[in-house]
Amino acid sequence: MAEFFAMGGYAVYIWPAYGIAAGVIIGLFVWSWRGLAKAERTEAALGRRQRRRVPKVERT
Amino acid sequence: MHLARVESGGALLAVQFFALGILLFPLGLGPEPGMLSRLGGGLLAVMALLATLLALDRLFQQDYDDGTLDLLLTSPAPLWSIVLGKALAHWLVTGGPMILTAPLLGVLLQMSWPAIGGVAAALALGTPTLSLVGAIGASLTIGARRSGVLLALLVLPLYIPVLIFMSGTVTAAETGLAFGAHVSILGAILLLSLVLAPWAAAVALRQIGE
Amino acid sequence: MTASSPSSEQPGPGVRGSALHRFANPARFLRLARAIQPWLLAITLPCLVAGLYLGLVASPIDYQQKDTVRIMYVHVPAAWMAMFGYSTLAIASAIGLIWKHPLADLAGKAAAPIGAGFTVIALATGSLWGKPTWGTWWVWDARLTSVVVLLFLYLGYMALWNAFEQPQRAAKAAAVLALVGIVNLPIIKFSVDWWNTLHQPASISRIGTPAIDPAMLTPLLLMAVAYLGLFLLLLLLRMRVELAERRVTALQLSRSRAGEAR
Repeated sequence: MAEFFAMGGYAVYIWPAYGIAAGVIIGLFVWSWRGLAKAERTEAALGRRQRRRVPKVERT
Repeated sequence: MHLARVESGGALLAVQFFALGILLFPLGLGPEPGMLSRLGGGLLAVMALLATLLALDRLFQQDYDDGTLDLLLTSPAPLWSIVLGKALAHWLVTGGPMILTAPLLGVLLQMSWPAIGGVAAALALGTPTLSLVGAIGASLTIGARRSGVLLALLVLPLYIPVLIFMSGTVTAAETGLAFGAHVSILGAILLLSLVLAPWAAAVALRQIGE
Repeated sequence: MTASSPSSEQPGPGVRGSALHRFANPARFLRLARAIQPWLLAITLPCLVAGLYLGLVASPIDYQQKDTVRIMYVHVPAAWMAMFGYSTLAIASAIGLIWKHPLADLAGKAAAPIGAGFTVIALATGSLWGKPTWGTWWVWDARLTSVVVLLFLYLGYMALWNAFEQPQRAAKAAAVLALVGIVNLPIIKFSVDWWNTLHQPASISRIGTPAIDPAMLTPLLLMAVAYLGLFLLLLLLRMRVELAERRVTALQLSRSRAGEAR
């Protein structure tokens, strides 16, 4: 097991390389998901406010 | 030539920046013998890039602001020829003076005469390309936020091949190896830019009208 | 403002019911995306797991490079995706400029951060591979320099999108930049052939047998498929983000107009 992690002595190069690859890809997913959630939240809030507005205008 | 007069306000500015920038290096790098002459070709090439950028964002901005751009878009003259004219005018007032002052600056940088010759050739073939490619950048950034910095960000990556071959030309002039090859490549890049850059900038300008 | 109803935009010249325009309607596109996603996931995950296992555990070490060759399995596919990403961006830009397909510009905007990310991965992992192999973190040879230029082209493209008040203007400017920068792709691809430089020449040749050991080729191709799947999944996700943000902008515009009308 320890031998696997040591990677023949090159661990200090190999693991950061895999780590950066994973980090960037996962980071892109996380950033995009959060952006989507935020946009959909804002869209819902704006939509509610619009629907609430329309009845008011009709009353006047 | 009206275009050249319009740009001439920027003329002295660009070459002043070019010269001043070069003069900073002996002061900043110190008097170590031989170092300046080794670096000189590269320094002149890099400063030429930066100085060319200075006058670029004004290339179309005035026309955009005063409405001339709309007139140009509807004029019977093909848009690419107008861009070509503007790029030529820009080069006459930036690249041209730089080519003329470069030998003097080369002497100040203690460069050898073959190297100075190389610089002159490199700038002569390189700076028109810089003006042409710069025109593409200028056409893309008209009316943009932070257009000056944005223009630099867009255009410098495109300048990198020109820079590499300009420096290569200077080194080749000194060592006597592959000078012809470097010059040919610079020439080829220039020809390619002459054909493609005005057309690309015209496409970009047309998008503004739509 | 065309932000609210892209399906009502006029198609460009030469369209005549082209297949692409069937997906000009965002709702239809989103349905397509939702249908494709499970399949993409089904292909990507097994390839990723298998590729990682073979790459890290089961594949042989290289005679000269020993274990560091394992970095190849995350580096080379990233470089491929960096170029694929830019090609996607450029094709989307061309479609947007020529046929004025309403979703094409958005596809380019969606693809850019993903391509830039893969470019960063390629540069970083390449550097980590280079240090033990060539003894240096970096060298200014033709290919590495061109990949740095590629990264800046991505950044410039994204900067253009953020530089204008009107999204349409931004879209068109970014599209032109994308197409101008396309000359960089052949330079990246062929620079190792044109100049004798430090970066190793292509080891997967299209003509004849590959110069690479099959035991290494398998994890490499598996990771390549996995990376492609991840790219496409991210692309679909980002398209959804861009479409949602466009809907928000449209809502905000119509709200402010309604406010002004009163």
